[in-house]
Order: sequence, then structure tokens, then C-alpha cells
Amino acid sequence: MKISYYPGCTLKNDAKNFEDSTLCSLESLGIEVEELPRWNCCGTVFSLSTDDLIHHVAPIRNLIRVKESNSDRMMTLCAMCYNTLKRANERVKSDPESLDKINDFMYREEVEYEGDVKIFHLLELLRDEVKFENIADKVKRPLKNLKIASYYGCLLVRPKEIGFDDVENPTVLENLMTVLGATPVDFPYKTECCASYQTVDKPEIVADRTYHILTSAQELGAEVVAVSCPLCAFNLDHRQKETVQKYPEFKNIPILYFTQILAVALGCPEKSLRLDLHYVNPKPILKEKGFI
Amino acid sequence: MRINISKSKIRDTFVVKVEEISGQNLLACYQCGKCSAGCPAVSEMDILPNQIIRFAQLGLKDELLQSKSIWICASCFTCNARCPKGINIAEIIEAVRQILLRKREDHLKIEKLSDSEKEDVPPIAMVSSMRKFTS
Repeated sequence: MKISYYPGCTLKNDAKNFEDSTLCSLESLGIEVEELPRWNCCGTVFSLSTDDLIHHVAPIRNLIRVKESNSDRMMTLCAMCYNTLKRANERVKSDPESLDKINDFMYREEVEYEGDVKIFHLLELLRDEVKFENIADKVKRPLKNLKIASYYGCLLVRPKEIGFDDVENPTVLENLMTVLGATPVDFPYKTECCASYQTVDKPEIVADRTYHILTSAQELGAEVVAVSCPLCAFNLDHRQKETVQKYPEFKNIPILYFTQILAVALGCPEKSLRLDLHYVNPKPILKEKGFI
Repeated sequence: MRINISKSKIRDTFVVKVEEISGQNLLACYQCGKCSAGCPAVSEMDILPNQIIRFAQLGLKDELLQSKSIWICASCFTCNARCPKGINIAEIIEAVRQILLRKREDHLKIEKLSDSEKEDVPPIAMVSSMRKFTS
């Protein structure tokens, strides 16, 4: 059955490199996805208050759109969208009363939501359905000698109820990087928060975190860092500017979405990587290794 | 810091509100400190996560509402993942923020951000920051 694809706001602009590299990779792997019609903002953060149902309306409305497009599976790329949509879905599934209230609020929708859409992250789909060994067969450019540290951040793996790997020591990204021929670099900061939305009004905190996270990866030999969240990507890549200002000894390191790395390995054209959207240019290292 | 404890503070509606909004039992905490030991944001905090729970148990409303910590926590859920009593500390901190935000006391002053501060960050950052820091 066809899988609905939920992009979310940032995949259409700042993280176009995430979307384009994903779509090219999925095509190479022969997986068909269809962008969800009339999707709306997921809300970006799951509402943690017990009594705040109104903020679950936005994510649940997207699940109604999935039903309307005759699908019951939805795939997301952004870790924040994944977390918010999946947690809202779990909340209404375990609490029929709040589902009724949310449906009542959306009385103008033609379809009522019944808690029956399954939400996936792309990594889950690749690991559990496509299977990594099948991806290995389709690798055209093995990423020989490229040392990659995988950074998960928070929302892909926490809380346990919605995460699809260990909450503090996930390995799915490292396993994928290994299949692509790269050398994974394990580092202790892989699930340490990048300070998230503090980047708007407290960028100095993000600069500190970026310094610690990336310095640790570099000390262990990483040449690039793989991410799966557009906010982590912004903080770890673009905030390297502020990091250098605060810590002059800091050395820049390219940040890539795991899908860009996948796209390189699967032989996607360079234009699907949208390397122009990066602050720290990943081109030199990819060229040096002969991948582009 | 000198702290006054009183029956009236402990029985204040503030304690009830924090428990209700967060859905957590504050008295389940036995102060092991694991939340603060693992929190990546403690270096910026004035009251540590385990202290936030203790303060909430004691109804130290003013200390909590004026603390810097409640706006430093970015809900990364490391504390929740590590708590041996299964307490969702991030939800407790959210409840304290909500008590202020529900009185329209916003933390983020959007009008004070410059155009470049707004334009330089991706939409995901602006939206999540507004969701967490404004009413």
C-alpha cells in the first residue's frame, strides 16, 4: 500500500536538502511515497500539559488527511514532526475521551479520526521494511574511508513509547552508515540535546552545546556528522559561526542529513544534495574522497 | 539562599496546579539527583531539576516562577528517561511554565527580536520557540 509522506514546514525551505536527497534515495530504492495533500503544521512540539487538547488538533488533522487520501500509513523525516505526530496519535489512541473532544472540535471535517493511522520515521521504514541488507545491494558508491559520527538528538529516540531504538544508545544510524560502506564513529554526545529552539533568543547556549558535541565527535575521528532533524542541523551547522566566535580553537566540521549520505551512496545526482544550503561546505570532503 | 517553609505554602493551589497540569505525583520523588546529574542544561540553571521538584513539593511558588531554569529546559527528556521512579520531570517544568504563560506572561518577546534574528533561523525554530515561550 502507498505511504503518505508528511514533509513539515522546514523541509520545504531551509531543509530542502533533506527532502530532495530523501526523494531521490527513495526513488533509487524503488519506494513510492505520495506527499500528503493539504498537510498543515504539526505544532513542532508535543503539548506536555494534561489538559491542553487544543494543541493536539493540528497533528490529528493531518492524520485525517491521511485517511482522506485512502492510506493508513504516514512517513515523516523531521524528528520534531515525527515526535509530535506520533505522540499525539498515541495520546488519542490511549484516551478515547480526548479523541472524541478533538473530533468534536473538528466537526467540519468529513472524516472522523479513529486512531488508526500508523506513523513511521523514514529510518524505521528503511530498517524494518526495506531492510538494510537490500539497501547494501543498491549501493553504487560505497563511502569508503569516510568517518561519520551519527547524532540523534532528543526527539527521535525519546520518550521510549514512541522511539524506535534505545533511548540513550541508539545504533540505527550507525548501522545504516556501515551498510553504505562508511566507518561509523561512536561518540558520547550522540543523544545530548543541541538546545533546540533556544537558538532563537539564546544562541550562545547553542554555541556551547555545538562546541561540546562536535569537538567530541572530532576528537574521536569524525570527518562529518550525520543528523536527522532540521533544527539539530541548523544548530550544529549554522551555529558553528557563533561557536568559532566563542571558541576560536574550534574547527569547522560539515553536517549532513543521513539522507544526503544515503543519496551519495545510491548514486543520486549532486543537485539532489542541495549542498548550497549548508553553512560549513561539505563539498571539499566529499570531493577529496571521490564521492562527487 | 534562605528559604521559608510553611504549611500554607505546601497547601497552596500552586502545588495542586503543578500536579494537575503535569499529571505527575510530586511526592514520588526521593531526591536521588539522577535528573540533575544527566541534564545537559544544568550549567545554565539556577535551580537544578531535582530542586525544582523539591521546591514544587514545598509550594515555593515565587522561587520557581522567577527561576531562570524553567526557560532553560528544552524538554529533551533525558531526565524522564533516567528517573528511577518514572517521574516525568520535563512535564513538571512545563507545568511551571504554563502557570506563567496562562497569565499571558510570555518569556519570548517577539517584538524585541531583530529582523535578522527572525530571518536567520528556520521556521521550525521560530514555531517551537513560540509554542514553548509564548501564550
